Amino acid sequence: MTLSPPPVRGQLRGTSRGRLADPFFKALMTTSGVLVLALLAFMIIRTTADSWPIFAKEGLGFFTGTEWRAGQTRDLPEIHGTYGAWPFMYGTLVTAAIALAIALPVAVAVAVYITQLSPRRLRGPLSYAVETLAAVPSIVYGLWGLLFFLPVVMRPLMELLNRWFGAFFLFEGPVFGLSYFAAGVVLAIMILPIMTAIIREVFAAAPGAELQAAYGLGATQWEVIRKVLLPRSYSGIVGGAMLGLGRAIGETVAVAMLVGGSQRMGYSLFFAGDTMAAHIFNTFQDALPETVLGLMAIGVALFVFTFIVNVLARLLVWRAGRNLGDAAV
Amino acid sequence: MSTPTLTAASPPDPAAPTGRRSLRQIDPRTKRRAATSAAMKGLLTAVMAAACVPLLLILYVVAERGWHVINLHFFTQDTLPFRLEGGGFRQGFVGSFLIMALAIPMAVGFGIAAAVYLVEYGKGKKLAVLVRFVTDVMTGVPSIFVGLFVYAVLVIGTVRIGFGTLPAAVAIAIVMLPIVVRSSEEMLKLVPDHLRSASLGLGARRWQTTTKVVLPAAAPGLATGSMLAIARGAGETAPLILTGLGSFTMTVYLVGERQASLPQLIHQNAVQPFPPGIDRAWGGALCLVLITLLFTVVARTISARFSARREGM
Repeated sequence: MTLSPPPVRGQLRGTSRGRLADPFFKALMTTSGVLVLALLAFMIIRTTADSWPIFAKEGLGFFTGTEWRAGQTRDLPEIHGTYGAWPFMYGTLVTAAIALAIALPVAVAVAVYITQLSPRRLRGPLSYAVETLAAVPSIVYGLWGLLFFLPVVMRPLMELLNRWFGAFFLFEGPVFGLSYFAAGVVLAIMILPIMTAIIREVFAAAPGAELQAAYGLGATQWEVIRKVLLPRSYSGIVGGAMLGLGRAIGETVAVAMLVGGSQRMGYSLFFAGDTMAAHIFNTFQDALPETVLGLMAIGVALFVFTFIVNVLARLLVWRAGRNLGDAAV
Repeated sequence: MSTPTLTAASPPDPAAPTGRRSLRQIDPRTKRRAATSAAMKGLLTAVMAAACVPLLLILYVVAERGWHVINLHFFTQDTLPFRLEGGGFRQGFVGSFLIMALAIPMAVGFGIAAAVYLVEYGKGKKLAVLVRFVTDVMTGVPSIFVGLFVYAVLVIGTVRIGFGTLPAAVAIAIVMLPIVVRSSEEMLKLVPDHLRSASLGLGARRWQTTTKVVLPAAAPGLATGSMLAIARGAGETAPLILTGLGSFTMTVYLVGERQASLPQLIHQNAVQPFPPGIDRAWGGALCLVLITLLFTVVARTISARFSARREGM
């Protein structure tokens, strides 16, 4: 390498091309950032505008009506069908509630175990395994749930519950197999890794000095967990739970394979039903133009639903005081 | 809990010789507290173990039912009718490959640019806070809704290019985008500021500093973030039904012809009643799990090493 003569100032500042490129580069990067905003706005505006005839015809009845009879008309925007999405909303709420009720305590327990109880050497590998499992695609959960878990584990369990508690309306028979209950339990298994990953991050952000202080006062390990760690992490746990809930509400394929796809809503957990996402997924391929509009209206409602849940969850997790980065994937 | 407060003084022990309790003194309450603690620890460990069972069971069942289906024909033949033995998922592998080959540049290029904005130009600005928040929220948007949106815009809407590879790729890119932005942002933040100062001090312009110093320094991290997004995108099924629709034969056209994909073929073969088709679905699921886990494991491994090195600096 040869030494070059000492540069004059003009060379040091680069060519004029280099100088002109600066504002251009900045504008390009800023545009990319703003386009993310614009994309989300465009998504919601476009789908709402397309499905507006459905909302206009049904009004609030879209959310409270129990009859969904898609029209056959091909000369849009004339709408002939009846669109009441309550059965699908009910299915979404019930399956997500079952999933959350099962997954939240387990996720908290696993996160406590990983951050507080496990031997130090196991801590890294355990977190690693949990985060890796979060990447298993939902179609695999659906396949496994439909062809293995449902016939081998769920059906006997459901029959047992039905025999013991059949008088209670939630466990009424007959037991078909495909049901809200089956979808909810598989959904719980699906959201467990992601919820564990988030709640583990929240626990890792809890102030270590306070835990040490509690130990110094003579608290047992369980007392430290129960009286210091959990209260300090409360808002983060709620946020993590809501992120899991958002996942459960929007989850499509696995639920579509397990929930039964019945439009007749029943209040028993063992009846087959449908959720918003699953109904879109299952009916789309055979849909006429008018039906597609109806499905898009369900999609908009689903989006608003998850949007609210996610915004609240993010605010809570942010307040927990740690940037979650890609752990929230 | 039986003990209301930790600091409540226990009644003075008359037998204590010095008038002060020894720290080693054990009264029944201490024993009970220790027992509660041990019991709860046991319970937490049991829950942890129980949680592992279904997750390991998934991997085991998929491997056990899938491995004997996979042979050379599985990768070189199109899907036969459900009733017939043999045949493979060639069109699914090709379709998924094409979709990902189009989606990755879109999501990664756009996502890293947005992350550069957040870290290099947007620091402290309200707009950047909003962009970051919206990106976070976008990770939670149901993928079926993304599918509906792309269907409304590209398949039937303004652009009207019909079902095919390109709309499917756009949908997958939208699903991947927020993941790329957030993980890239974290990685760019890890680049120490003195590298930027040194580059600027040598007279490099801001864009030169970003493209020649900051981005190369963060390259391994950017790659891992992108790989996590790829793992997520490769497993998506719902938006593909609405944008690619599926196909029985292999197609390499970008637009105008329906395109198959691996997850969509697994779904199609899983929900019908004939054993040969179901076997193929298990085989496809095994391939899909291996692909996504491979990407995730490689990404997490690089990421762990990368951040360890950064912290050591």
